[in-house]
Amino acid sequence: MHTPASSIVLVLFGSFIGSFGAVFLKLGAEHMQGSLSRILNNYWLAIGIALYLLSSVFYIMGVAQGQLTVLYPMVSLGYIWAILWARLFFKEPFTLSKIGGLLMIVFGVALINFGNA
Amino acid sequence: MDTRAAARRSFLLVFLCTLIGAIAQILTKQGTAQLGAGHITLGDVARHPTLFAGFCIGIITNFRLLCGYVLYGVMTFLMALALKGRELSRLFPIIALTYVWVTILSLFLLNEHMNFFRGIGIAFIVCGVSVLGLKR
Repeated sequence: MHTPASSIVLVLFGSFIGSFGAVFLKLGAEHMQGSLSRILNNYWLAIGIALYLLSSVFYIMGVAQGQLTVLYPMVSLGYIWAILWARLFFKEPFTLSKIGGLLMIVFGVALINFGNA
Repeated sequence: MDTRAAARRSFLLVFLCTLIGAIAQILTKQGTAQLGAGHITLGDVARHPTLFAGFCIGIITNFRLLCGYVLYGVMTFLMALALKGRELSRLFPIIALTYVWVTILSLFLLNEHMNFFRGIGIAFIVCGVSVLGLKR
């Protein structure tokens, strides 16, 4: 069973949306204090969860066709966005380990696509 | 609880999370097979928004997909417990194990196959995710 490129695109699109979910969860966590009602009224968290749910629909559309051994590892490319948004929105610096890790992930994903062709 | 016991508890919780996450992935994949939605592309979704709505209804009426979501919810809760006031960086290598479990379970439960490039590619991803959290 070959994994179609359209499935890979859907999974990558899903992980792109999901990376914004992480940004909003982080914002929500920073505004989080004590009581349960406060947490339920925390709209950053709500937006974050909504974005995660939206991203999951694209992910599920993606994995409907093709192999999980090819498609699931594609999710790891989401770390690229996470590290980029962390730099942009939270001033978290790029580090040698982040850059090295990302290069390994990109190389790994390229190999998997090569093995899929 | 002393710090070492707390650290061990975090490691075990995150390890458990990787197993739960992998099982959720298999359930999700099996659920999509039952949906029988056919081949959908991102372009199709952009042109026909109703397709997206229909797909969402398909998801929430599929038992395996719902189980997948529930497991993800449980996993998120356990992860939050494990990470509370703790260093995330040292847990990345454990989190990366999810890629290994998903691959192994896909081979046995979904009858997928492996090849050399795929295996090496997954190994690189696991190493890459593992080092992401390091301090320097």
